[in-house]
Formats: sequence, structure tokens, C-alpha cells
Amino acid sequence: MTVEGFTVFAGAALFVLMLPALYRVAVGPTSFDRLVAVNVIGTKTAVLLVVIGTLFGRLDMFVDFALAYALLNFVASLAVARYLNRTRSMPAKKPAKRRTPRKKKARAS
Amino acid sequence: MTGLALFNLFILVFMVVAAVISLRVKDLLTASVVFGIYSFLMCLLWAEMGAVDVAFTEAAVGAGVSAVFLVATVFNVKRMSSD
Amino acid sequence: MSMDVADSFVGGFSLDLGFLAEASVETIHSGLSALDVCGMILASVGLVFFLGAAVGLYRFPDFYTRMHAAGKGDTLSSLLILLGFGLITLDDFSMVGWLLVVKLLAIVLFIMLTSPTSTHALMRAGFEDGVEPVTKGSSSKNTKKEGES
Repeated sequence: MTVEGFTVFAGAALFVLMLPALYRVAVGPTSFDRLVAVNVIGTKTAVLLVVIGTLFGRLDMFVDFALAYALLNFVASLAVARYLNRTRSMPAKKPAKRRTPRKKKARAS
Repeated sequence: MTGLALFNLFILVFMVVAAVISLRVKDLLTASVVFGIYSFLMCLLWAEMGAVDVAFTEAAVGAGVSAVFLVATVFNVKRMSSD
Repeated sequence: MSMDVADSFVGGFSLDLGFLAEASVETIHSGLSALDVCGMILASVGLVFFLGAAVGLYRFPDFYTRMHAAGKGDTLSSLLILLGFGLITLDDFSMVGWLLVVKLLAIVLFIMLTSPTSTHALMRAGFEDGVEPVTKGSSSKNTKKEGES
């Protein structure tokens, strides 16, 4: 069993371990759970690209590609998170419920 | 079954699952996000077949552009699909 | 090259690590240098962490805990696996090898920077959208049904 066998094992293990993330995408009650799973799958795809590059032997091509991929995935998940945030508090930045009550400042009469 | 064929099998199965999820889910935003996964896996498939530049464009278009455009349109129309 | 490990995956999920012991026996004549072996070990540890993240993503009751597991485990496992493969590709110490490792380290640094940021952005969006964390009183199935909102 050489390095190439191990690479195949690592790739197969990565794919199998992506199943719970895919399950979370399918079932996740709120759409935020699905976003988390998409985020996980995105970063894992970058790692998988490096694995495939090692398997092909021409890693120098794939490594730039995996780097660009990590960038793109970050942009996409940030955009979606930002959009989710924007619609709820479009007019004014609605502050979330304050846990600790705010101290009443003595108003200058 | 060589290593690459095994990857092929996994990617194709995941793509079918992602496509079915994307169609079945009620929330349009989630559908567009799962469509992002579909283009991720498509790009993996290209990379696995050796076509690196095609995979690169697919990644740039799929994750970078079309997912964000879909999300933007979802927020201008009603978020719940009516069917 | 026996493919028993790969076939066992088709049936069900079985993380069979006996395979690595087999590798160490043959290190002498199968061209496995020291760097390859420790690269493999590093990548395997990364896989184990990702197993933890995957189980966390699957079993945790509500959004915040799932994101906790996914954000952390995902970043660390990517880090370790990439470093492992960096060591594996470095076996000939040539200039190209070093360039590759530097690029891999760039990916590692980038993932370490961006993954927490995107997790934080997601968490903030979830929090302001009113996703309720599971407390002792409420049942575990209480995560706000996004569909009907």
C-alpha cells in the first residue's frame, strides 16, 4: 500500500464524512442549518481538490485552484449570510433583545 | 475499481442527492444555496476528470456568481415557493 | 494494490485503519519515506477530527451547537489534512516541492482566517433572525420552523 492508496482512502473517507453534512442540508429544520452544512461542504471541497491533485500527480495546478476555491466559497457563504441579515433589519439596525436591562440615565430636566 | 472511479461514484451520487434536495425544499433561499452545492460538486467532477480550467470556470461561475445572483433574486421576490 | 479498503466503503461506513499498519510493515521496499508516513499520520488525524465534526453536525440538537461543531472541527481538519498532504508532496525536497508547500500553507492560512469569519457572520444572521437556542426547559425539536415564518 503506497501513498497513492492512502490518497484514495483519504478521498473516500472525506466523501463518506460529507454524508452527515448532506443529511443536514436535506433535513435541517431552519435554513441556517443548511447554510452551516453548505459551509462545511465548501471547505471540504477545497481539501478534496488537493486530494485529487495528489492522486493525479500534477498538484501544482490543483493547489492554485483549491486556493481560489476556498476564496469563492468564503465569498458565497458570506454573501448569503449578509443577505439573510439584511432583510430582517432593512430599515433600521434592529438591536437584538437585550439580556441585561439598560440602566436608566438620569435625564437632564 | 481505481481510485478515480470511486471518487466519480461518490460525486455523482452526491450530485443527484443535492439536485433532489434543491427541488424538494420549500424555502427558495435554501434551494438556491443547495444549488450552490450542486455547482461545487460539478466543479469537483470536472477536476476529477482532469479538465482543470473548465472546473475553475465552473467554480468561479457557480459559487461566485450564480449562487449570489440567485440569493439576490430570492430576496426581491416572495421567499416561500407557492407550489 | 489491494482495494479491500475502498470496497468496504461501498457497503457501509466503516473507518478501517488497519490499512496503515500494513503500510508501516512495507515501508522498507515500497518507497515510503519518513515524510510520507508522517504526512499520512497527520492526514489521518485530520480525518478523525472531521469525523468528530461530522458526528457533531449530525447529532447536535439546535443551530448554535451544530455551527459550533461544524465551524471548529471543519477548520482544524482542513488544516491537518492539507498539512499532511503538504508533507506527502514534499518527499523530494526540490524547489517545486517547496513552492507547493508554500501554496498549501497559503490555503491553510486562508481557511484559518475566513472560516471563523463566515461562521460568525452566519451566527449573527441566525441570532438576529430569532433562532432560539435549545434550553433545558424547551424540547430539543424546538428549533424555529423557518418554513412558516
